[in-house]
Amino acid sequence: MNDDTIAAISTPLGEGAIGIVRLSGEEAVKIANRIFTGSDLTKVDSHTIHYGKIVDPKTDEMIEEVMISLMRAPKTFTREDVVEINCHGGLASVNRLLELVLERGARLAEPGEFTKRAFLNGRIDLSQAEAVMDLIRAKTDKAMDVAIKQLDGKLSKLIQRLRQNLIETVAHVEVNIDYPEYDDVEEMTKGVLLEKTTDVYQEIEKLLLMAKQGKILREGISTAIIGRPNVGKSSLLNTLVQENKAIVTDIPGTTRDIIEEYVNIRGVPLRLIDTAGIRETEDIVEKIGVERSRQALKEADLILLVLNNNETLSDQDRQLFELVNDLELIVLINKTDLADKLARNEVEQLANGHPIVSTSLIEERGIDELEEAITSLFFGGQLESADISYVSNVRHIQLLKQAMSALDEAKSAIDLGMPLDLIQIDVTRAWSILGEIVGDTVHDSLIDQLFSQFCLGK
Amino acid sequence: MVYDAGHYDVIVIGSGHAGVEAANASAKRGANTLMLTLNLDMIAYMPCNPSIGGPAKGVVVREVDALGGLMGQVIDKTYIQMRMLNTRKGPAVRALRAQADKPLYIAEMKHQLEKLDHLTIRQAMVEKLIVEDGVCKGVITETGAAYYAKSVVITTGTFMRGTVNIGEISYQSGPNNQRPSVKLSENLEELGFKLVRFKTGTPPRIHSKSIDYSKTEIQPGDDQPGHFSYETKDKIIDQIPCWLTHTNEVTHKIIDDNLSLSSMYSGQIKGAGPRYCPSIEDKVVRFHDKPRHQIFLEPEGRETEEVYVQGLSTSLPESIQEKMVRSIAGLEKAEIMRSGYAIEYDTVVPTQLWPTLEVKNIKGLYTAGQINGTSGYEEAAGQGLIAGINAAASALNIEELVLDRSQGYIGVLIDDLVTKGTSEPYRLLTSRAEYRLLLRHDNADIRLTEIGYRLGLIDEERYQKFQTKLTLIKEEQERLQKQTIKPSDELNVALEKVNESHLKEPVKALDLMRRPEIDYSFITQFAPADKEIPNDVIEQIEIQAKYSGYIEKSLQQVDRMKKMEEKNIPENIDYDAISGLKEEAKLRLKEVRPLSVGQASRISGVNPADISILLVYIEQGKIATVS
Ligand SMILES: Cc1cc2nc3c(=O)[nH]c(=O)nc-3n(C[C@H](O)[C@H](O)[C@H](O)COP(=O)(O)OP(=O)(O)OC[C@H]3O[C@@H](n4cnc5c(N)ncnc54)[C@H](O)[C@@H]3O)c2cc1C
Ligand SMILES: Nc1nc2c(ncn2[C@@H]2O[C@H](COP(=O)(O)OP(=O)(O)O)[C@@H](O)[C@H]2O)c(=O)[nH]1
Ligand SMILES: [Mg+2]
Repeated sequence: MNDDTIAAISTPLGEGAIGIVRLSGEEAVKIANRIFTGSDLTKVDSHTIHYGKIVDPKTDEMIEEVMISLMRAPKTFTREDVVEINCHGGLASVNRLLELVLERGARLAEPGEFTKRAFLNGRIDLSQAEAVMDLIRAKTDKAMDVAIKQLDGKLSKLIQRLRQNLIETVAHVEVNIDYPEYDDVEEMTKGVLLEKTTDVYQEIEKLLLMAKQGKILREGISTAIIGRPNVGKSSLLNTLVQENKAIVTDIPGTTRDIIEEYVNIRGVPLRLIDTAGIRETEDIVEKIGVERSRQALKEADLILLVLNNNETLSDQDRQLFELVNDLELIVLINKTDLADKLARNEVEQLANGHPIVSTSLIEERGIDELEEAITSLFFGGQLESADISYVSNVRHIQLLKQAMSALDEAKSAIDLGMPLDLIQIDVTRAWSILGEIVGDTVHDSLIDQLFSQFCLGK
Repeated sequence: MVYDAGHYDVIVIGSGHAGVEAANASAKRGANTLMLTLNLDMIAYMPCNPSIGGPAKGVVVREVDALGGLMGQVIDKTYIQMRMLNTRKGPAVRALRAQADKPLYIAEMKHQLEKLDHLTIRQAMVEKLIVEDGVCKGVITETGAAYYAKSVVITTGTFMRGTVNIGEISYQSGPNNQRPSVKLSENLEELGFKLVRFKTGTPPRIHSKSIDYSKTEIQPGDDQPGHFSYETKDKIIDQIPCWLTHTNEVTHKIIDDNLSLSSMYSGQIKGAGPRYCPSIEDKVVRFHDKPRHQIFLEPEGRETEEVYVQGLSTSLPESIQEKMVRSIAGLEKAEIMRSGYAIEYDTVVPTQLWPTLEVKNIKGLYTAGQINGTSGYEEAAGQGLIAGINAAASALNIEELVLDRSQGYIGVLIDDLVTKGTSEPYRLLTSRAEYRLLLRHDNADIRLTEIGYRLGLIDEERYQKFQTKLTLIKEEQERLQKQTIKPSDELNVALEKVNESHLKEPVKALDLMRRPEIDYSFITQFAPADKEIPNDVIEQIEIQAKYSGYIEKSLQQVDRMKKMEEKNIPENIDYDAISGLKEEAKLRLKEVRPLSVGQASRISGVNPADISILLVYIEQGKIATVS
């Protein structure tokens, strides 16, 4: 049963600490290799460490610079191939790495599973079996506890409803199969099936979006203000801070002597970050080079790029646009109280669809519009009421993603003209994955559904 | 006065659908077998609907056939109508269903058994098992005959303390007024069996001449009838149609008004009934706003005028049954020949059995069929076969057989029974099988013939024919895999005709066949075969090409399942000594005594953490087991 490869975050989560994503199993090396640019991990020696970058193969996006320790079986903790990805990022980037390896074929480890494997593979002494069992029990109970706490009633109800939709659909397919002659039951068509699957798919998509929003609400939107000297960056910062009676925390920066501010924009916390010392930065490229600044800026959820309305566009401006074009970006044209010298057309072109807001920080104009733009960027304009539930548990989020991809497979099977009874396999899988979130995986409920939904029999 | 009536290897009690397969399998394996039954004129009698097969069940018939069983061959010889169901759906759920000629089926089955070597058939009522020191050694009949054997199979169906109910009338009886089996049931209780009561029912039968068929809709058989047994040759016979009519508001009102008179609703019946076979009373109550329900009129045979009224199972009083029947279009003048009734009977809680169907606490004793809480002829046949195989195995000390969930519906059925038990009469449904794409009716021979041959249930000649088929499939697949089809005008015209897009690059023939609208015959127009390829071979090639992605996925799941299945749990494990297990898990594990970690993981109330702990515990080995 240890044929699959498991992954988990293996350091206590926390700001600042080195985060480790650990993989164990036959595919550990292959999976890590799929997202790693650097040495070919499948070829390197055991018990070696490699520096390189993690890249999302889907988008080619560079995620993180990491150190990878690679240890081949049997001289490892689990006696399986083990890969540890060490990264410097905080919670967010470790989670991102975990997500990536899960997408590439690893499975989220059960509580205590590394230890369990170590034991089953003979790595841990038999005399410690008792301790291992206790650990599994304790970790499971704790994980359950956390999971339950993080799954409030509303969310659980919502997921139950989605499951109910799916199972009714599946039961419908099943009844057509097991009772082909009952004309009382209308035939499930691919059209209807597609519609139902798509509905649930979209609901899950929404849940995941809200999960992202929930995370933002908890952690703040990390924001970097960039622009050439004297365009008004400091003024913007001060305005935001004053305007919003900011929750200012004085945390001395470590790289430079700066202050990290939190401001509250219409209920959304903005965390003005100092990424590699580039918060409110004018000379970033010169300082750390193009590639690294791109990386550094990626840490931010939001970039505010400030331009001066009173000057013509410079090459430096253009270069900044290039740096941030694929990020969440708002362009500010400041000093609109002064004469227009900026070529608006070109700015619009460079902004490439990102919102543009005109401000005069001196006259305090355009601030509302900016705040509007920020909230609508992250919450589609309307911030859900405060008592809304967010999915916050990593496991839950992972399961939701799996359910979505099962539904996606069902949808493409429909496109391929596969028969309903095969399409159904993936729909049922989505249903049972969702069941893991709410702790209900009993297969028999399909049969219960069948007979409560339809009138069958002799 | 008890007398020694003889010694055998295996005794089978009962000759229903389970009993006949058990006796056949046991005898074919070379065990000296005795089959005892209440009435030799009722061998393999169908107490309810005159049909065999359908989704899931039809696959079981083919599995039974591939393991040398009788049901497929006998129905192929005696059917009056044959239909392939779900033809417009995927290959995994296609299924054959036959309307049976009931009397002929009985005669044919009896004759098949009479021709077998190693089988003795005897009419008798068994009252008692001879059990010494936890080992079953034989049986004693009501006439005092003591038959001794190394193993015994009980397949006594709905006869166990059977009670027939019609309205407020209730009397002890087996199905269709046969004698009930009361003493044997009591004896099982004395032996410590946990029994529960289940119930089922059957509709009235009516005289064909009294039906106005013009008011009903004809349901003919297939033009090209298929067959169940892999041994049966294609042939066309004269088929007899069924007919469709419906209940209506008047019917429902009659039922509503008289509900309190139904045995089921008056509280007279306590046993759990099957949800998938509700009585008409149930249907009207539970689905009150349905304006009508389907009623199929099914002839019970060629040489009889009796017609089975499918959809009208009831335990209403006779007088009401008549009113109800006559309210239905086409049945206004219907003459009832036999009344519908409900029957209550004892069943053995199946978690008391090992997957071989041997009773856990009594060595050498097996149970199979409806007595294990199932319902249906095919479910009975599948279990009978396995019990017969294993009873012979234990008597002769030869190989046992347990099918897992990926090998057959029979495996699913038995695993469900012995692992989860059942709270109502259990019926197979395709949705109970997690690997149903692998458990198709077209490949039952491929799945099981090898096993049948190894166990001595399939003869050399049939085995060689099967090998030839396998070789043909492989060779033809390889040919299509190698041969390239190039784009051409002719090809593209043909593609257009079936709504497929043009071919731009050359492709392998097999890959072109993966397209939804392209079948084997299309391919051979452009890449002809060098020899005659039979239809059943073509079918395998098409299915394996078209659904390879899904098949592959299923096979991976099976692999994972098998690994868990291979982790054995020592028989003397002491669950109480495993501190990490939750109490509920301990209770369930002690009850089911799973043989493998895989089986344990399917028990409800045993969760993944319990399984992890169990694994660790087993791994550390031998400490703290019960001696
Ligand atoms: C009223 C009724 C309605 C049903 N409805 C349905 C339905 O809707 N759907 C469905 O799928 N199935 C239905 N069934 C069930 C189906 O008939 C059975 O599942 C199937 O026949 C069971 O086969 P079996 O071999 O286990 O038992 P049976 O066919 O009942 O055979 C039992 C055998 O045991 C013998 N026997 C019993 N006691 C003794 C004894 N003491 N000594 C010696 N021999 C003995 C009998 O003579 C008989 O040969 C119904 C059955 C009945 C009676
Ligand atoms: N006229 C005008 N002056 C502005 C505006 N915003 C900022 N300034 C002035 O521009 C100068 C540079 O501003 P500062 O915020 O320090 O720019 P930074 O170098 O980007 O941080 C200061 O003298 C500001 O008062 C504006 O909207 N209009
Ligand atoms: Mg400044």
